[in-house]
Amino acid sequence: MRNEIRLFGGALAMIAAATAVLVVVPYFQLRDVKPPAGLHPYTSAQLRGRQEYIRQGCIYCHSQQPRDRAQAPDAERGWGRASVAADYFYDSPHLLGTMRTGPDLFNIGARQPSLDWHLGHLYQPRAFVPGSIMPSFPYLFEVKPKAEPGDRVVTLPPSFAPAQGVVVARPAALDLVSYLVSLDHTYPLAPSDTGP
Amino acid sequence: MNPVVILLPAFLISLVALAVFIWSMHRGVFGHDAAGARVIFTEHEVGHSEEPAAPSASRAALQNLVNANIGHHEPLDDDELLQRAHADRSSATVTFVFLSCAIGWLILGSFAGLTASIKLHYPDWLAGYEWLTFGRIRTIHLNAVAYGWTSMAGFGLAMWMLPRLLKTPLQGRRFALLGAVLWNAGLIAGIGSLAAGMSSGLEWLEIPWQVGLLLVAGGALIGIPLLRTLARRTVDHLYVSVWYVSAALFWFPILYLVANIPGVHFGVEQATMNWWYGHNVLGYFFTPLAQASIYYFLPKVIGRPIQSYGLSLLGFWTQAFFYGQVGGHHLIGGPVPTWLVTLSIVQSVMMIVPVVAFATNYAATLKGYWRTLLYSPTLRFIALGSIMYVLVSLQGTFEALRSVNTITHFTHFTVAHAHLGMYAFVTITFFGGIYFVMPRVVEREWPYPRLIAAHFWLVVIGMLVYIVALSIGGWLQGLAMLDAARPFMDSVKVTIPWLEARSVGGAMMTAGHLVFAAHFLAMVSALGPQRTRPARFRIGTEVNHA
Repeated sequence: MRNEIRLFGGALAMIAAATAVLVVVPYFQLRDVKPPAGLHPYTSAQLRGRQEYIRQGCIYCHSQQPRDRAQAPDAERGWGRASVAADYFYDSPHLLGTMRTGPDLFNIGARQPSLDWHLGHLYQPRAFVPGSIMPSFPYLFEVKPKAEPGDRVVTLPPSFAPAQGVVVARPAALDLVSYLVSLDHTYPLAPSDTGP
Repeated sequence: MNPVVILLPAFLISLVALAVFIWSMHRGVFGHDAAGARVIFTEHEVGHSEEPAAPSASRAALQNLVNANIGHHEPLDDDELLQRAHADRSSATVTFVFLSCAIGWLILGSFAGLTASIKLHYPDWLAGYEWLTFGRIRTIHLNAVAYGWTSMAGFGLAMWMLPRLLKTPLQGRRFALLGAVLWNAGLIAGIGSLAAGMSSGLEWLEIPWQVGLLLVAGGALIGIPLLRTLARRTVDHLYVSVWYVSAALFWFPILYLVANIPGVHFGVEQATMNWWYGHNVLGYFFTPLAQASIYYFLPKVIGRPIQSYGLSLLGFWTQAFFYGQVGGHHLIGGPVPTWLVTLSIVQSVMMIVPVVAFATNYAATLKGYWRTLLYSPTLRFIALGSIMYVLVSLQGTFEALRSVNTITHFTHFTVAHAHLGMYAFVTITFFGGIYFVMPRVVEREWPYPRLIAAHFWLVVIGMLVYIVALSIGGWLQGLAMLDAARPFMDSVKVTIPWLEARSVGGAMMTAGHLVFAAHFLAMVSALGPQRTRPARFRIGTEVNHA
């Protein structure tokens, strides 16, 4: 019995220490972070688009956390200043990401605000970025003989357009693009925003 | 309030506490060094090799090698072997269920991984199927191999080792079987959710929490046989494998539950929690299950207790302490508190302590016995897996250093590192364990020894191609990305040949898994040459005449 108590007691102490430093202390330290003045809550279309970003697994190739100039040339690539905890006030779940198979998207809305570009790029990335290895998402679009009223037609380079008919964005594609262009964290930070 | 002022003393105090704790164990445990390590052998068993996976000619050669090292040894005691045969029987059904499911998930997970890999260099392949898009099939791969294959292989081997380690039949088997049902149900529902796009969005925790509760309940149920068998143990001393298994089964439900509490985690705190979980599911679950297997099977095959029992316990507690706090190194350069990243880097460096303890012990135990690898399939896998544990841990330490991390973070190098750990270390070790236990579980030998060799070489060459190619590709990718003068697309293009090589390596690994699964099926359905006599001792009534 004595051995079991030492074993489980010790194991509990170890996981408690790990949880304290990586979960509990950050919880209390970050609990009172306020949103910067320039950051706006997501609209419902943007939130649906954010969900689509998760559904398609964009996070596995795109980060949302530019690093500091002193560490890496993220800013020179147009990915923006180093992010701070306050920038993520409205983010749930977090989408910081761990891979840059594609570029960081924290400021993609500032870098590429064109809805047309994003829709076409989602339909066929290689039509816009030669050599890209991003998946195409044809199922977020519909090929119709001709556009109907209210349809959002996707403009494509002729060699990538279907032989017949037009490519129309489905609601999921429109939501996803409205989320992508909302990713703009180029607003200035107040000293209080850079806190912990 | 400066967190460093609080954390630095807290860190020093915890180091002192850890030292005192290990010292207190030392008084109780390190004293009878030899006795502790001998617990897994019966009275006259040291000097007898046990290797059920080898054909009889190899077993004889193995025993000769052991004899050459140990000199004389006494004949085995029938009563003790009979007792162990009963112990083995008690766990047979539970082990069989877990291992069969594990292999099913391994095959599914391998094809999912291969599909994801190919898609990275043929991005328009199968692009019309939403559930096969890279973001989903990659996630299905991770969850199938981590929670399907690795977890259930680990559970199966743990359930099989427990009655032997505690010298009593496995208790509470129904709970383990119910746990297996819930775990599989949760995983089927979870993988289905992922295919349909229902994901939590958190890496390693993608399965929606409502479904994940099944894994918590299943994991907790699998812990019941452990507690009940511990209560009925007839050994005085708890062998180091028991420590690893117990801790792993105890830690997993806690980790998974805390990570999945809805509505608590937010913003950047959720990111630190995410990597507290993501790294601890490795360090607190998969790693200890694999180490439990190494510490049991390695000495059994060579008939020799591990060299230093004290070192193995030192390794256990320092690993439990340091590994738990390294998760922040996934967020170096991120928008998280600086102290947290610094702490995780420090603990990543401290991981050298348990790794060196393990490596020393391992090399000292196998000293003079390396030739046994020629004859023992189990040991070939386990010895290789152990070396890979040392490599992956040391690599992890260096990857956590800021200068190295700046290059490797966000690149395929990390993916190669993950496979060095979860595949080259954990999976290879479990393959070895399964080759050892299955002849005991079904009381029949592996029908085609050559298939074991085919499996070994396919997965070993495959994983070397995979890991080496992807490490090179990832490193080049990181260098290209750090050079602001080069366009981003350079960092993509430079990886393509290495991604293609990764698919070749992955295809070889998958082929190896198919060989393994086919051999497993042939064995359990009694196909192929009948070698009915289980290695070294017979079971049941026969034992009296042996």
